[in-house]
Amino acid sequence: MPVVAKTGNEAMAEAMRQINPDVVAAYPITPATEIVMIFAQFVADGLVDTEYVPVESEHSAISACVGAAAAGGRVMTGTSSQGLALMYEILPIASALRLPIVMSVVNRALSGPINIHCDHSDTMGGRDFGWIQLFSENAQEAYDNVLQAIRIAEDPQVELPAMATTDGFIISHGMEGVEVMEDQAVREYIGERKAKVSVLDVDNPVTLGALDLQDYYFEHKRQVAEAMKQAAPVIVKVGKEFGKKFGREYGLFEKYHLDDAEIAIVALGSTCGTAKVVIDELRSKGIKAGMLKIRVFRPFVAEEVVKALSKVPALAVLDRSDSYNAQGGPVFTEVRSALYDLANKPKIINYIYGLGGRDITVEDIHSVFADLQKVDKKAQVNYLGVRE
Amino acid sequence: MDNIIEIRWHGRGGQGAKTAALLFGDAALALGKHIQAFPEYGPERMGAPVASFNRLSDKPITLHCSIHNPSIVLVLDPTLMATVDVTAGLPDDGLLIVNTSLAAKEIRGQLKLKGKKVFAVDASKISIETIGRDIPNTPMLGALIKVSNLLRFEDVIGDLENKLKKKFAHKPEVIKGNLEAVKRAYQEVAGE
Repeated sequence: MPVVAKTGNEAMAEAMRQINPDVVAAYPITPATEIVMIFAQFVADGLVDTEYVPVESEHSAISACVGAAAAGGRVMTGTSSQGLALMYEILPIASALRLPIVMSVVNRALSGPINIHCDHSDTMGGRDFGWIQLFSENAQEAYDNVLQAIRIAEDPQVELPAMATTDGFIISHGMEGVEVMEDQAVREYIGERKAKVSVLDVDNPVTLGALDLQDYYFEHKRQVAEAMKQAAPVIVKVGKEFGKKFGREYGLFEKYHLDDAEIAIVALGSTCGTAKVVIDELRSKGIKAGMLKIRVFRPFVAEEVVKALSKVPALAVLDRSDSYNAQGGPVFTEVRSALYDLANKPKIINYIYGLGGRDITVEDIHSVFADLQKVDKKAQVNYLGVRE
Repeated sequence: MDNIIEIRWHGRGGQGAKTAALLFGDAALALGKHIQAFPEYGPERMGAPVASFNRLSDKPITLHCSIHNPSIVLVLDPTLMATVDVTAGLPDDGLLIVNTSLAAKEIRGQLKLKGKKVFAVDASKISIETIGRDIPNTPMLGALIKVSNLLRFEDVIGDLENKLKKKFAHKPEVIKGNLEAVKRAYQEVAGE
């Protein structure tokens, strides 16, 4: 298929058009506004059959999505930052009810202070609500991840909601070449949603979202945990099939010059693209630098991550959000914890960077690799590109 | 990184600096280049100074950081030069293309520039005469193609014509004016 020029937002909206969901309920917020704006135009132009519900807030948007998905529909939405935060109350309800809602999230800082630019605080704030989380390096991956998210979320082994994320402005508003597949091929790939139950099926009445106290709440949550575990092999299977059909295979992560690396970074999102340029430069000078690009943050595939990183002597984890826990960002604490059982543990340090859209440059990433060559002298948690 | 061309557009909100970058990126993509086009991230306000950017390469581009050292800078509104350092980060062999009724030599004097190559084109006058309104971004594309030598002019015009025909199917008079604007700027842009 031809490569066309699209912004990340246009690419995600295009994926939604091809998916042609039964219901989209959304409320606009920068920098995700365009996704729902473009999609609303598709609805107005009759290009999709979707019931579009323009609600009065993100809380209502996700609530309407829960209702529509409980009725058995294929349901999508999109949001960012405070909008996602306003949904937090409903996110664990969607996963507990096992509703495979797919949401495009355009990663943006959380207020305050008020800021509209990229970091991962919003998505990371929603990491423990039982939602699958996919990160995208560029507009192509954003498009591909939205399509795959449908298959992953609706897989009978999974039945969990999923977020496909991109980096605010950097990808959402940046135009790049994107290969858009034929509508028919996409529709064959995603198939139909086959919901096990529907609250609208009067012949087979069910109750969803009932009170669930000491008697069963724990068992239901245990099932969410199990479904998240089951999601990893499904994500691999779906990514392989995607590769077979469309030529771009996806896994749980991407290893970039990692296998023989002596120093490596772990990162996610658009920064990984900039890091590839740095790694190429270092490799051309004979420095064995590498990267683990995490695509799937939920589930966190600890075993596979450890396998990929076990032979690298010195690691830096780049976090585009802070946990404010006085011991490192969310990606760092996951990766470090995963490495605990390893006999020969790598040296591992953390960099919090890029909060509120602070640019991360080629030079910044070079400085991280330079630090890794004297890793013993570095603090466990470092702040990259901040004035202090 | 040496094989990536980086471009910065300066304009005022509403003048089409973002659209110019998108149009140029789109045209370059259609001619087989790998591209990026992105605005200065943030809220835009009518009349406020804004910037937008392009990257062009024969190879896939993975960089996702800001552009600090463009090799080409375009200025859509000459009054910006009084308040914005339009040549910031532009290397000594960089190119500066300004929409102005002045000559390139006069712009150099105004900016007290040493080194770099300065080009002038009266894109506002061209757009008023061809499109009927002062929207200098389209003619600036013609000037950029001439000065940068990155794309074949005939190819760009052909691609642009196809796209405009699709976009303005119900307003064919717009198509002729825009194409004429690009052609005139291509011919009229002048260095020192």
